[in-house]
Amino acid sequence: MATPAKDYTLAELIICANAAAYENDGEVLITGIGVLPRIAASLAMKTCNTDIMMTDSESWLLSEPNPLSRDKGYKQMNETWMGFSRIFDNVWSGRRHITGGPTQIDRFGQSNISALGGTYQKPKVQMLGTRGFPGNSICHANSFFVPSHSTRVFIEGECDVVCTIGYNPERMPKGYTNDDIDLRMIFTDLCVMDFGGPNNQVRLVSLHPGITVDQVVENTGFEICIPDNVPTTPAPTEEQLAVIREIDPQDLRSKQLKDNPPGDRS
Amino acid sequence: MNKQMSLKEVVGQLRDGMTIGIGGWGPRRKPMALVREILNSDLKDLTIVAYGGADVGMLCAAGKVKKLIFAFVTLDFIPLEPYFRQARQSGELEVMEIDEGMMLLGLRAAAWGCPFIPTKVGLGTDVITLNPDIKVIDSPYDDKEWVAMPALKLDAALVHVNKADTRGVCQITSPDHYMDDWFARAAEKTFVTTEEIVDTEFFADEAQARFVFWERSQTTGVVHAPGGAHPTSCAPDYGFDVPHFKEYNASAKEGGFAAYADKYVTGKSEDDYQQAVGGIDAIKKLPLPTY
Repeated sequence: MATPAKDYTLAELIICANAAAYENDGEVLITGIGVLPRIAASLAMKTCNTDIMMTDSESWLLSEPNPLSRDKGYKQMNETWMGFSRIFDNVWSGRRHITGGPTQIDRFGQSNISALGGTYQKPKVQMLGTRGFPGNSICHANSFFVPSHSTRVFIEGECDVVCTIGYNPERMPKGYTNDDIDLRMIFTDLCVMDFGGPNNQVRLVSLHPGITVDQVVENTGFEICIPDNVPTTPAPTEEQLAVIREIDPQDLRSKQLKDNPPGDRS
Repeated sequence: MNKQMSLKEVVGQLRDGMTIGIGGWGPRRKPMALVREILNSDLKDLTIVAYGGADVGMLCAAGKVKKLIFAFVTLDFIPLEPYFRQARQSGELEVMEIDEGMMLLGLRAAAWGCPFIPTKVGLGTDVITLNPDIKVIDSPYDDKEWVAMPALKLDAALVHVNKADTRGVCQITSPDHYMDDWFARAAEKTFVTTEEIVDTEFFADEAQARFVFWERSQTTGVVHAPGGAHPTSCAPDYGFDVPHFKEYNASAKEGGFAAYADKYVTGKSEDDYQQAVGGIDAIKKLPLPTY
């Protein structure tokens, strides 16, 4: 039986919320970019959806997720070769769900990891480049992880560089509707949101323990849909925490959020 | 046919204004010895196509690049490439920023002699609005619009491999050959640097031949350049040089690229370079990264 934990960190709460998003995905490739999303994907593969596929972030598909830190003698459980060219065969097939962490997200669910400020020809801050974000956004399911929920990430206007397709009627390609785009969940240090509002508006799904609706509203640069009753994000279970410790034996998760806050901030 | 040549002879076949594809991925298996040879040449106004790392950063810093076709430029453990950032933030670089998969399709289109390959990738994003050269077209088969990803034809491709014979049979035993086969196929001429030159009989073993990803007719020249990917990795032979990349990254804040280049590149042969970074034995001992 699942035993809700009393003592857990915010990082662990977010990991468990993110893992739950994969429960009904079936047999798809899950890519969690960054430490917390990667632990979340591994947790899901070991608990709520054992059909999930994961890679070693390099070139192999695994039958068992790699722990984040491993002894020299660790035997990686390869299943097949999965080099980057083959990743695209998977992406374009649609059988994938990714949780990535963009620098900007706007009210349409469009996101940016390319450049900030200035002009496109002369940006104030050049970042990574669009990477595979455009393809991910139009081919398969996409969730977002935002470690610091603020109006700098959830911006008032449109993204400086739109790297992913969202629910923006102005940019909707010919022959496409919102139903062709699969934006799923947003996990932040304050709450969980999805795109379930009217016309796929961003909607508050649950508040992390001790967080108020006002805090979310103040830190979001656009209007979101707020249901009458917003539940609290469920605490991790002791069983989940045990699996998380196996996946992340050196507690890298404690270094991902500023000051490693407790899960319950009330 | 013996295709063996020197680094200098390869760069002697390149011309100002050429479109050059560079294999590898981020900080992994980049033909850096050839990049250094280009830095020491008069070549200019290049269009570079790459899954970029320090190769792109260095060429930008040295003013060799007119236009960059890219999806990202990163050193991985240092996420943002310092000299690529400087080039972008100075506003001087002409760019075509595309999705990683679009780059693969562009190389495939060039390899197959197609003007474009249709894809949904890029629709609804600034990849389309910011790149007027990438057209969106109607489909003859459905009612949707499609991105016509244009062929990325390369005048030359530069690739680093683990083993090759002098006829241009190239083997990549790193766990991923990335898009190197498509760079080779998309290019008019492909120049390969290799850790090791082997006899042709080496490939008689099926287990070895399985790691040859293009036919020798796609290889123009082969350079024996052990350690030639340094400071990037060349698995399974060596990992990337973390302290060296940190020094390179720090130079962007203090000293600038000229200071880095003076110490390691300008007027130096590949032997001089390897001496400056601790010698080939030290390179071969660099540990492979774990993710």
